[in-house]
Amino acid sequence: MELTQKHVDYWNKNLRITGLLLFIWFVVTFVAGWYSRELNSFTILGFPLGFYNAAQGSLIVYVVLIWIYQHYMNKLDIEYGVHEGEDE
Amino acid sequence: MNQPAFSHKTFFGQLKKYYIFYTVGFLAFLFALAIAEQLGMSRKWIGYWFLFATIALYAGIGIMSRTVDAAEYYVAGRRVPAFFNGMATGADWMSAASFIGMAGTLYLSGFDGLAFVMGWTGGYCLVAFLLAPYLRKFGQFTIPDFLGERYGGNIVRSVGIFAAILCSFTYVIAQIYGVGLITSRFTGLEFGIGVFVGLGGILVCSFLGGMRAVTWTQVAQYIILIIAYLTPVVWLSVKHTGNPIPQIAYGQALEKVTAREKVLTNDPKEIEVRNILKARADAANAGLKEPAAAYAKGKADLEQKLANAPADQLAAAEKALSSYPKDEEAAKAQWNKDKGLAARAGPPLPHAAPFPGKDEKAQDIARRNFLGIVFCMMIGTAALPHILMRYYTTPSVRQARQSVFWSLFFIFLLYFTAPALAVLAKYDVYHFLVGSSFASLPAWAANWAQVDPTLLSIIDINGDGIVQLAEIVLGGDIIVLATPEIAGLPYVVSGLVAAGGLAAALSTADGLLLTIANALSHDLYYKMIDPHATTTRRVTVSKVLLVVVALIAAYVTSLKPGNILFLVGAAFSLAASGFFPALVIGVFWKRANKWGAISGMVAGLGVCMYYMYTTYPFFGGVAANQWFSMNPISAGVFGVPAGIITILVVSFLTPEPSKEVQELVEHVRYPNLEGDINTQAT
Repeated sequence: MELTQKHVDYWNKNLRITGLLLFIWFVVTFVAGWYSRELNSFTILGFPLGFYNAAQGSLIVYVVLIWIYQHYMNKLDIEYGVHEGEDE
Repeated sequence: MNQPAFSHKTFFGQLKKYYIFYTVGFLAFLFALAIAEQLGMSRKWIGYWFLFATIALYAGIGIMSRTVDAAEYYVAGRRVPAFFNGMATGADWMSAASFIGMAGTLYLSGFDGLAFVMGWTGGYCLVAFLLAPYLRKFGQFTIPDFLGERYGGNIVRSVGIFAAILCSFTYVIAQIYGVGLITSRFTGLEFGIGVFVGLGGILVCSFLGGMRAVTWTQVAQYIILIIAYLTPVVWLSVKHTGNPIPQIAYGQALEKVTAREKVLTNDPKEIEVRNILKARADAANAGLKEPAAAYAKGKADLEQKLANAPADQLAAAEKALSSYPKDEEAAKAQWNKDKGLAARAGPPLPHAAPFPGKDEKAQDIARRNFLGIVFCMMIGTAALPHILMRYYTTPSVRQARQSVFWSLFFIFLLYFTAPALAVLAKYDVYHFLVGSSFASLPAWAANWAQVDPTLLSIIDINGDGIVQLAEIVLGGDIIVLATPEIAGLPYVVSGLVAAGGLAAALSTADGLLLTIANALSHDLYYKMIDPHATTTRRVTVSKVLLVVVALIAAYVTSLKPGNILFLVGAAFSLAASGFFPALVIGVFWKRANKWGAISGMVAGLGVCMYYMYTTYPFFGGVAANQWFSMNPISAGVFGVPAGIITILVVSFLTPEPSKEVQELVEHVRYPNLEGDINTQAT
């Protein structure tokens, strides 16, 4: 079937949010991970920051990122009319 | 949607009611056992009760969910609500290694162990953004299914089947091993019998009801495992910090541990013990160089000492001589063991310091390997078929997305707690065990040292009657197993922890065995050998294969192959290299074609296996073959890029895929398209 401009826009928006969230994921994981030693000179809640990021902080960020994605995409589906029927 | 008689909302309500009822029932069971313990029930019987009651429960759910319908058997009828699929994925995901081993790894290796915590949670971002919604829209039964349809042809499917079986089988062995270990430890049954009791629990469930039974059992198992994990940690946190939220409270415990590390590093008694250990390791190395001469000299020295000993030291000198190895071979074995003491001769590892190493170069290698493990665990998470398969079971794409959120949330509850447990346990050991006298060790330490010396052994090396840190040898698993006792909780909580560990191992083994059996029965038998097979026949074939695979896995496990952590790591690297590139590129790049996928998967797996083969000692590999000093567990660091590049290059060099395939890609990208094709399998 032919895709309309609307469908193309939907997919581009999907790519954009996916890219943005993956960028944050990458920074929290690999960039912050690489500089863990340097981050450890800061303290948060009594923890050295580098340790805190690896043990707790990054995990919280991951959960939040996935929540944002599902919330955003499920709204986008409706906005662009590609949502599924009721499954409630 | 197309089943008007069935309401997802009512179904969700019913499930909620059942599982609340179930949780209350389980707590009542715990309470009853706690009372029975006070009335004098023996520990052994508490262990039996936990083992048999929980396995009977899982089997009961299996029997109630029995089915011969294909969609029910393979994907639980596609009506598992996001929330419950999240719980089931949590149990499916968290294995014996996570439940029992994780906190211990963190205790022993400090910051470096966090690579697994990050890797095994962050991978869900990739599942959520790159795979779950698209796989759900595609809506078939297995992961090789997706590859087969997307790239076309039986070759891709076969490579997919091979990769799915390879990584799942490697992983399932680690789980069955865990089942045997836990049952034998807590009931006193033999390891082999423990394996088969556990296997019975796994089989009744998945054999009768396939994915449907496994799903509802996994939800039940998740509830048990999370209660079992959190209860003792919260208690320990209250005991040491007065704060019931361990994840916040352990900051102050960590500060105290760090301060204590500095004291222990410079403590003269600690240094004395470390020097004794170092001297023994040095002597062992010297002995190994010239065994014959060293053996004769050692013996002669002792004999002379005995001859010259004054009356009051005669007994000691005699004892020293009689415990001297009786021949050169025995002496060599002893030296080979003593050589390892060098590892204990260093000061305590600073818990919160990243990438320890003696110089800049060693630290750099440590950092590279840390990120390498994170990378492989993450990509592997987003490629393990038994996890991805779970997202076929939700009612819609929308719920598949929500479901990844719930999955990570439920997994997060445990992984978020493990670092806290490691630090709180360390706090206890550094402050109360170290410095106590051998005559009055803390009760938990005395118990465990007696029960199992591989988990805890404390020997008074310098003979001062006081425990020094360097005199303690801890096996990682003890951290979770002994936490209830460290926290001063009754034995019933220890039984609960064992039941939790068992739930973790069983649920993962269930999911993995099902993946293997489905790959063989659905992909190989139905799709490639006999496409006209009736539904009943397909399900029956799957059930028979399940039993066969389970027995083979149990047999391989009984041979006790290799190191568990390496097996797990290998499974992740293999899955990452084999599946991830072909799956993700298949969704996001229409131009990717059959030949690209085939060569990419083969290249990824090939590079990964080659690297493990040449660098891992078990296969006769040596560290000198390593590239960029990466450990064999991170072989995926090379396998994944090899796979991606090969797919891109080969796809460009060969003709673009057919119009139908390109339409299929469009189809999976939109949850709902007008005039859409339907790929949902029934």
